[in-house]
Amino acid sequence: MNPVNYLYLAALLFTIGATGVLIRRNAIVIFMCIELMLNACNLALVAFSRMHGNLDGQIIAFFTMVVAAAEVVVGLAIIVSLFRSRHSASVDDASLMKL
Amino acid sequence: MSFPLLTATAVLPAVGAIATAAVPAARRTAAKWLALAVSLGTLALAVTILVRFDPGGARYQLTESHSWIAAFGVRYELGVDGIAVALIGLTALLVPFVMLAGWHDADQLETGSRRWRPTQGFFALILALEAMVIISFEATDVFLFYIFFEAMLIPLYFLIGGFGDRAHEHGEKAASTQRSYAAVKFLLYNLAGGLIMLAAVIGLYVVAGSFSLTEIAQARANGSLHMATDVERWLFLGFFFAFAVKAPLWPLHTWLPNAMQESTAPVAVLITAVVDKVGTFAMLRFCLQLFPEASKWATPVILVLALISIIYGALLAVGQRDIKRLIAYASISHFGFIIMGIFAMTSQGQSGATLYMVNHGLSTAVLMLIAGFLISRRGSRLIADYGGVQKVAPVLAGTFLIGSLATLSLPGLAPFVSEFLVLVGTFTRYPAIGIAATFGIVLAALYSLVLYQRTMTGPVKKEVSAMPDLRVRELVVVAPLVVLLIFLGVYPKPVADIVNPAVKQTLSDVHKTDPKPEVEAAK
Amino acid sequence: MENLIALLIAAPLLGAAVLLVGGRRLDAVGHWIGTLLAAVSFGIGLVLFADLLGRSADQRTLTQHLFSWIPVAGFQADVTFRLDQLSMTFVLLITGVGSLIHLYSVGYMEHDERRRRFFGYLNLFLAAMLLLVLADNYLLLYFGWEGVGLASYLLIGFWQHKPGAATAAKKAFLVNRVGDMGLAIAIMLMFATFGTFAFGPVFSHAGDTSEGRLTAIALMLLLAACGKSAQVPLQSWLGDAMEGPTPVSALIHAATMVTAGVYLIVRSAAVFNGAPSAQLVVTVVGAVTLLFGAIVGCAKDDIKKALAGSTMSQIGYMVLAAGLGPIGYVFAIMHLVTHGFFKAGLFLGAGSVMHGMNDEVDMRKYGGLRKYMPVTFITFGLGYLAIIGFPGLSGFFSKDKIIEAAFAKGGTEGWILGGAALLGAAITAFYMTRVMLLTFFGEERWRNRPTASPAEPDVEPAAEDRGTRAEPHPHESPRVMTIPMIVLAVGSVLGGAFFSIGDRFLHWLEPVTGHSEGNSPLSALTVTAATMVCLAIGVAIAWAQYGRKPVPVVAPRGSLLTRAARRDLLQDDFNHVVLVRGGEHLTRSLVYLDHTLIDGVVNGTAASVGGLSGRMRRLQNGFARSYAVSMFGGAALLVAATLLMRAV
Repeated sequence: MNPVNYLYLAALLFTIGATGVLIRRNAIVIFMCIELMLNACNLALVAFSRMHGNLDGQIIAFFTMVVAAAEVVVGLAIIVSLFRSRHSASVDDASLMKL
Repeated sequence: MSFPLLTATAVLPAVGAIATAAVPAARRTAAKWLALAVSLGTLALAVTILVRFDPGGARYQLTESHSWIAAFGVRYELGVDGIAVALIGLTALLVPFVMLAGWHDADQLETGSRRWRPTQGFFALILALEAMVIISFEATDVFLFYIFFEAMLIPLYFLIGGFGDRAHEHGEKAASTQRSYAAVKFLLYNLAGGLIMLAAVIGLYVVAGSFSLTEIAQARANGSLHMATDVERWLFLGFFFAFAVKAPLWPLHTWLPNAMQESTAPVAVLITAVVDKVGTFAMLRFCLQLFPEASKWATPVILVLALISIIYGALLAVGQRDIKRLIAYASISHFGFIIMGIFAMTSQGQSGATLYMVNHGLSTAVLMLIAGFLISRRGSRLIADYGGVQKVAPVLAGTFLIGSLATLSLPGLAPFVSEFLVLVGTFTRYPAIGIAATFGIVLAALYSLVLYQRTMTGPVKKEVSAMPDLRVRELVVVAPLVVLLIFLGVYPKPVADIVNPAVKQTLSDVHKTDPKPEVEAAK
Repeated sequence: MENLIALLIAAPLLGAAVLLVGGRRLDAVGHWIGTLLAAVSFGIGLVLFADLLGRSADQRTLTQHLFSWIPVAGFQADVTFRLDQLSMTFVLLITGVGSLIHLYSVGYMEHDERRRRFFGYLNLFLAAMLLLVLADNYLLLYFGWEGVGLASYLLIGFWQHKPGAATAAKKAFLVNRVGDMGLAIAIMLMFATFGTFAFGPVFSHAGDTSEGRLTAIALMLLLAACGKSAQVPLQSWLGDAMEGPTPVSALIHAATMVTAGVYLIVRSAAVFNGAPSAQLVVTVVGAVTLLFGAIVGCAKDDIKKALAGSTMSQIGYMVLAAGLGPIGYVFAIMHLVTHGFFKAGLFLGAGSVMHGMNDEVDMRKYGGLRKYMPVTFITFGLGYLAIIGFPGLSGFFSKDKIIEAAFAKGGTEGWILGGAALLGAAITAFYMTRVMLLTFFGEERWRNRPTASPAEPDVEPAAEDRGTRAEPHPHESPRVMTIPMIVLAVGSVLGGAFFSIGDRFLHWLEPVTGHSEGNSPLSALTVTAATMVCLAIGVAIAWAQYGRKPVPVVAPRGSLLTRAARRDLLQDDFNHVVLVRGGEHLTRSLVYLDHTLIDGVVNGTAASVGGLSGRMRRLQNGFARSYAVSMFGGAALLVAATLLMRAV
């Protein structure tokens, strides 16, 4: 199968993720969309790895997964504490860090 | 290795500043005496420099040179020529008097708290400022000079903003607003100038590969360092802009009236008599030596700006209602004379300009300090609030008159010598500008005598009727300065002899000789 | 002998320093210290004079070099004194008349609590004036020149608590500064032309430069002379200067300082001789001023201001003579010396009258005082006869010579200048007779009339309102005041004859100033006769107006000319409208511009930076989405830019 199709899929997934980040307000959903974008990138990296015939892309994909895992830990902790203090998971309620 | 006299002269007040700042809150009188003793010690060292300096000797003397930031070729290089010696002497001389005059200036800020130590801060800041000013007069490394040229803004910013004048017609709150406005304005103006200079300093390093004034000047003189005309002009402008802000030259002057108006009289004296002199001094030392061709290229414009400063400053002084603001504008006029003398590029003009720096320091100090004594008695800076002071305080009025007469350059007082030299030196090369500048002496008489008349003569106003005459401490401040004004007016030879050789060398840097008289009658 | 020259100056300078620094301790003896040191200076002057007389005419120039004043490459200003016949004449006049006036002031200022300081200032004046006439170069002369200006400033404003006095002092200094500017420019021109401004080299090389340069230098010197000597157009300060104590008016504003301009012109003879067009301007200035001052003198009711107008006019004569060149130099100085005697005497007499009249200065409130003040009357009267040029008295000799010299100038100019001088003589006779009649003759208009200022706005209020306002009791002044008046009166009577018989003064001064006879179209006798006729006409008109009929106490409105003359021929109004008002508007608008324009640009920059950042701040709205948009946007831009670079 033509590896370029995997790139199309990656682009589609990334766009869906980006759109989700922009239009959704629920922090959990935004978070999931970010994960979607990261995984889209991973897919693209692996596809490139296949296309160029070396392992660089796969190695970077592993790095990305590790970082994403760390991010999930920190991010979920923030969301949980936010929910505890404000009883809401809407990001619009957390717009106080301005001025 | 010989004793590092120049370093010691700068380090002593710096160490003194730290020591003064460390004095416990309860012993603030001890802090005052400590600071005074340190400033007198610095004066003694400055006098030693004066004695050790040989006017007929090498251009830079008492030199010290150590590697500092080797990666950029920055060296710790000190050395003094006659011009620097005269200005170091002026600085070291004025600081003890300024301290004595401001002996109680910080007292009103005392709250009795054990951690809050304004008195210590005030005197430590003055000493720190003195150290920085002295080292910028001594530095022969461009980068070293730049650092202290900028660093002196810090103590001065706090001196203006933190210890400013509390007299204000609209009360304490308005005074505070005005004060921080003046301090910030002072800082921003000078920072802007300094940043442009920093770019030029870096540019100079790129072009010349060195920060050493002596090396670059030598390389320029023997032709081994060639600068493209455009490059030299841009670098010159970068340096000159910073110095013109500090000096200050029209139209970059508006920070000075605010700063002098809002700071107490002793700090105002430090600003105009000492710190601003670094600007004019640096024009002589750096602009002319490093960029001789560009200096000549810019001369016509600078002379016109200086002329505008003279006339404009004097006219604005006439229109002021505030005593300190009036003196500030008078200083702007005088700085016009100094810059005019420097860029007239004649030996009379430049010797006159250097003498002018010293004499203006003395005359402004007398006038400003007495104005400060006056203001502290009445609590107002407005000229209209005074009248008939000579009747109740004749000594105060008499010394104020001498200060005014020095400001208007009466022969017999020191400023006359320098002002006339500047005028003659300008006239021989640029007659029209020389004649136009002469109008300045009429305007100077106008603002000085109007100030004296409105404050000191006429019927005694009720508010001043109980005004005490000068106290002993105040007399100790004023009397030596007055004596010096008279002495240097009648016999300026000692200072002139120190300054003349340095001026001669500066003139040869720019390849200029004095215009010949039409008829050779002098012999 | 040369070494004594510095002592001439040192004595009064020491006096000034001791009296001004000494403080209240010296209040009791200060005036005697001042007088003594003035007299010491006069004594030294006499010793030097005897020495000069003992030398042959070409050996009479002594110089003393003290030290180098301003040594800068190519610019050499030394403190060097030159004593020759011209400066010797001045030294004797200054110290002689000065000592007498010191003595007079001991009495006149007796009740003033600041008498010590007054004598300090007087000594300072003597020192500065001696420096002026003894200097051997123009810069040192300038030192003395401004020094006398300072002393004059201090003394005019001596009663500082009076706003009028303080204003008058400031005005005098400022107007003089305009003149000083001329002297400064002249020195700069000399330096640019000759490379020096010492008398010797400048005079000996004056011929080596172009006439244009010499004319420029001469005109600048004339400007200086106009300021110091109160010549048109810088004359306006002299009338106001009468706010000072009367001895000051006598010494500084009549006998010595105001004649410094004449000294300057005569001293610079070598420059003026090479610049005929400048000389013409000098004569015109002199002629205009002698008429101007005389006309003003006719209208003033204030006795001191009338005398001030007269001083202006008499100095006009001297300047006119000095402008005539070698024909007139000697006579200018001769008139200067005789004028020093009689005008100082007249002022001291006026002071004596005021002393006896509760400091009233309005002559319309005098009258018939000869009975009460016999000594003052006689000495004033002799001074009066001397100034109008009564035959045999000193003014007759000196003024007559000037009128002759004016005609001797030749051509149309000679006729015009001579005519002006003759007309001036007639007016002099008129106003001086008027002063005499109003003061010493006629009804006693001060009886039953407290001396308060009249409502008439044109009349100046009393200058010295120290006294009480009760009816005055005129009385003769004490001995210490009358003795100087008597000595000066003797000088006014005999001086002219002493100088003129055998041309003594001419032979004395000729080696310094040079002299030529000129060729007068009229014989000396004709000129003298014409002068006498003018004099008689002037006296007769004054008698008709003020002697025959009673004088109203309140001045009548008068003709247009009288009213203008009372206001100094509207010169002050011109100054006020053009200079004072104009200057105020200029400075005010500049203050405004400095604040709005220059500071405005700076503050405007700051404000726009602040405004911009305020707007940028709004972008940070706290919504994670909008930050995400900017991130995506930025990334998209980067990608687009990269692709674009690839494509190109």
